[in-house]
Amino acid sequence: MSNNYFDIIRPGINTTFQDKGRDHLYHIGIPFSGAMDNRNYLIANKLVNNKLDSAVIEFAYQGPHLKYSGERINFAVTGDVIFSIKKKDTEIEGNCYQSYQIENGDEINIVSTNKSVYGYLALGGELDLKFQWNSCSINTKANIGSNDGKKLDLGQRINLKKINSIKDIKKTNYINTKIENIRVIKGTNFDYFSEEGKKIFYEKEFIVSKLSDRMGMRLEGPKIENIVNTNIKSEGLIKGVIQVPADGNPIIMLSDHGTVGGYPKIGAVASADYDRLVQMAPGSKIKFKEINLSDAETLFKLYEMETQNFLSQI
Amino acid sequence: MIKNISNLGDAALYCDFGNEVKKSINSKVIKYFKTIKEKKFEGINNLTPSYNKLIISYDLKKTNFKEVKKFIENINIDDSEKTNSKKLEIPVCCHENFSLDIKRLVEILKLSREKILENFLNKEYFCYMTGFIAGMPFLGDLDENMRAQRLETPRVKVPKGSVALTEQFANIYTFESPGGWNILGNTPLNVFDSSKEDKPNLINPGDTVIFKEITLDQYKNFNE
Repeated sequence: MSNNYFDIIRPGINTTFQDKGRDHLYHIGIPFSGAMDNRNYLIANKLVNNKLDSAVIEFAYQGPHLKYSGERINFAVTGDVIFSIKKKDTEIEGNCYQSYQIENGDEINIVSTNKSVYGYLALGGELDLKFQWNSCSINTKANIGSNDGKKLDLGQRINLKKINSIKDIKKTNYINTKIENIRVIKGTNFDYFSEEGKKIFYEKEFIVSKLSDRMGMRLEGPKIENIVNTNIKSEGLIKGVIQVPADGNPIIMLSDHGTVGGYPKIGAVASADYDRLVQMAPGSKIKFKEINLSDAETLFKLYEMETQNFLSQI
Repeated sequence: MIKNISNLGDAALYCDFGNEVKKSINSKVIKYFKTIKEKKFEGINNLTPSYNKLIISYDLKKTNFKEVKKFIENINIDDSEKTNSKKLEIPVCCHENFSLDIKRLVEILKLSREKILENFLNKEYFCYMTGFIAGMPFLGDLDENMRAQRLETPRVKVPKGSVALTEQFANIYTFESPGGWNILGNTPLNVFDSSKEDKPNLINPGDTVIFKEITLDQYKNFNE
């Protein structure tokens, strides 16, 4: 039994424990998982003096309402998130990208993400979680990871194994940037689509559908016509791959994606744009821009340098 | 042996071994998969073998397309026939409680229930790959007269253990999941076990599988 814990007053819609994810398992059918928006995950840990690969609480849309019992602890929220902190008789509005200290009896109420999907709550210490394949990341489809692979539920307790002794308050000026176009690299089945279909893919707007989750993002819009075959023999996928099934509506593979798939691949999202892609809420407009492999590699290097810069300033 | 190497996005190699689904081609894919896996190349974080492709994904922070491609092109594959593949018997119950699509199969294949079971059971199937959901084996090939298309509308929930068919392949749903394959029976055997981290999959690429029929009573008593 832990002496430091949170009681879940409201679990939120899709609240899970996530960390860096698990690798070397695609061949047995287990996806990467891990925090969807990697940059915000890392910043959250840095703000509370955690190791960067520590587990955090990831939430989507509506977050959890938690009540704390135990000795003083720091926490921080990242993303574009509306939340409040309740201490005895006062309730204050919280700011993202800043650490706060709470004590016995205090509450954190994460109301919602703002025009985005995922947010992160990092606690200054070590969560008491089960690891599977070196990761506590919850994959709710395969029931893998901590919490028996299930999302957090009402009445549950979140236990801490350890609380960080360094409790300085940190703050950073990070702003979540939005990008106009999601940059993509041509897919391995690009030639399966009609000239008109290819044009639509690069020139028209698509809308993020409500049927989007940690597995995939479905898009709606003009149909992309296939002129070769709407099925291929199942083959490996990676996150960011854009498949187009027979109905002509693209699906983008996200972190909990099925490891193989049999729909033609029109493109793949550049790694540099993945964190921003996953934050596009249902109803958002999305437009693709073609880039080549070497540009994508350069963009990722820049994005990674930028991430390291943000982290070093904290 | 790899016909062509290209990129899938900016963080994966797409190794193409051809377009046919054949044991001989798939065996090459598996050999590459096993050899690369043993070499532990810095930065490669996943390998996904399938019928005739091998996807090698890597951490763009540690390596890139050019480096991984060079490594793959210079790899020596031991072409001898030795493999440490297993032969497994999988119990399957085809009682009407489980064979949810038998009527559909009888209609499409124009074969009686008995004939369908006779064609399916007691034959060796080769495991081409595992995936889609954790541990799901893609087995083949079914007899020519046993090949049915997927359901027009996939089921939202296929029961765990379902043994199902599509085209020349059979598979096993390792846990409850959405799916569109034709369900013929159910196995009480745990084909995927996440508590066994070193060996979660009962069936692995290259293995041979034979389905053996069991009765409803045997099914019910199986895990006791």
